[in-house]
Amino acid sequence: MGQLNVQARRGELNALFGFAERSMHSVRRYWVWEVVWLFYSMVSVLSIGFLASGLGTIGAGSGSFDLHRTQLYLLIGSLLWGYLSLVFMEAAFAIAWERWEGTIEYTFMAPIRRITHLMGICLFAIGYGLIRTFVVLLAAIAMFKLDFSHADIAAAIAVLAASTLPLIGLAIFTSVLPMVSPQKGEQMSFAVQGFLLLVSGVYYPLTVLPLPLQVAGYASPLTYSLDGMRRSLLNGASLVDVVPAIVTLLAMGAAMIPAAVWVFSWAERRAKRLGLLKRSG
Amino acid sequence: MTNAAIELQGVTKSFRRRERGPGASWWRRDWKDKVALHELDLTVGVGGVTGILGPNGSGKSTVIRILATLLTPDAGSAKVFGWDVVTEAREVRRHVNRVSVEASFFKELSPWENMIYAARLYGGGTSGTREHVVAILERLGLPLDAMDEPMKQLSRGQQQKVAIARSFLTAPSLLLMDEPTTGLDPRSKKEVQAMLEILRAEREVTVLLCTHDMDEAAALCDRVLMMDGGRVLADGTPAELCRRHGGATLEDVFMHLTGKTLEAKDAEPQPYGAPVA
Repeated sequence: MGQLNVQARRGELNALFGFAERSMHSVRRYWVWEVVWLFYSMVSVLSIGFLASGLGTIGAGSGSFDLHRTQLYLLIGSLLWGYLSLVFMEAAFAIAWERWEGTIEYTFMAPIRRITHLMGICLFAIGYGLIRTFVVLLAAIAMFKLDFSHADIAAAIAVLAASTLPLIGLAIFTSVLPMVSPQKGEQMSFAVQGFLLLVSGVYYPLTVLPLPLQVAGYASPLTYSLDGMRRSLLNGASLVDVVPAIVTLLAMGAAMIPAAVWVFSWAERRAKRLGLLKRSG
Repeated sequence: MTNAAIELQGVTKSFRRRERGPGASWWRRDWKDKVALHELDLTVGVGGVTGILGPNGSGKSTVIRILATLLTPDAGSAKVFGWDVVTEAREVRRHVNRVSVEASFFKELSPWENMIYAARLYGGGTSGTREHVVAILERLGLPLDAMDEPMKQLSRGQQQKVAIARSFLTAPSLLLMDEPTTGLDPRSKKEVQAMLEILRAEREVTVLLCTHDMDEAAALCDRVLMMDGGRVLADGTPAELCRRHGGATLEDVFMHLTGKTLEAKDAEPQPYGAPVA
């Protein structure tokens, strides 16, 4: 029995790697497009950096304007947002892609757990997103001479690592959309992203928002990621200082992942009941 | 496992779709149920090739998709080797694979990249997989220089061979083949049929084969079910059916039973959301 469990676990791990490997093959085949997307990510982040420079030039803050701090504040938001939206897009695209190619029926016929399938998609998306964001970060550092001398990098990395769990949950929620609507689901994920961008304090503090949007902001894990990252990178907050943000993120992840897998399973059962898995459906 | 590879008892399936009634306004569409399967009872023993013959819309693909755990029956029970396709789906999936009429692949990826992906989902993908894949594809007559080309550059016949190779790779006990040779040139068709014969000779595998091709059914199938309108009209060996219904060929038998040919252009029942003419 024990040996069977070990074998089953190995099978699931093998499949998990299979999903990531498939996506890596896809990146290799579409490498020209990947370069284009990387360029787009860089342009987006650099625009935000120059926006901060522009604010200084047009006199925002009337004398008390700290260009480097503002630049870093906005760039942290932009980079984290770029990372998050990339993970979202990859997760939604992976399911939409399978639906488009008709391979989703073969994936759903495989004797593996659904969570393995979804985790495989998300883990690749997160790894890929981190690499791409790191490249963009290097470009931003080179362009704006960003100063991290007061930052606590270890605390920032801990916050980023804790953010992974709720991010997986959010990505799985997003991947449900192409299951529900093969034609419009992927585009619907942009609407979800847009709302998160509005309420999570990516480019401004939550306090500037009307109260209902602030409440929505407190329900978004991105709010706590940004808060922890900014405190560690801008103010040098230590690991101990960001523990509340880390605990909140871990708790959110622990609640969101099972909920997201349940919702995905519901969408799968619905698709099988209504016969929606065929490409035409 | 039981002695029966497939046991269907009282299985029914309908699809809801929105349709515009004759003369109705363009915005007015009402829900309609299209029955894909009427109450179906079927037992298929382990081993051998069982064919399902029927025109489009007869319900044969619905049977295949229910057995593949891709569709949930509305009523009744469907079991594969004793495991229920709804409540014990993962057990069923360990023993089943499928070849569909459209070769569904990641078209930008190569046959090898698609095959290694499939292998990993079934616990394979370790050392020796490439040699195994090469051996299967060679026997199916696929040029090996196509192995690392994107699937989109392969012909329809070559893509279908890779689809068949993918199903063989996982060594299923039940192979569901939904019109696997439709659209193939005569030579490719013969190669696929020969491969199926080899597979049968090498190990005990139960094959459920949906086809329009009467000659293929007569040549490959030990037992043939004729379906139309979601119902089984006849069941027996090809010779028995011809004898029982006084036809020289299975085509004659089908015409005798339904008054139409297998090339009837009925639409396969589509789920709602699909484009409606």
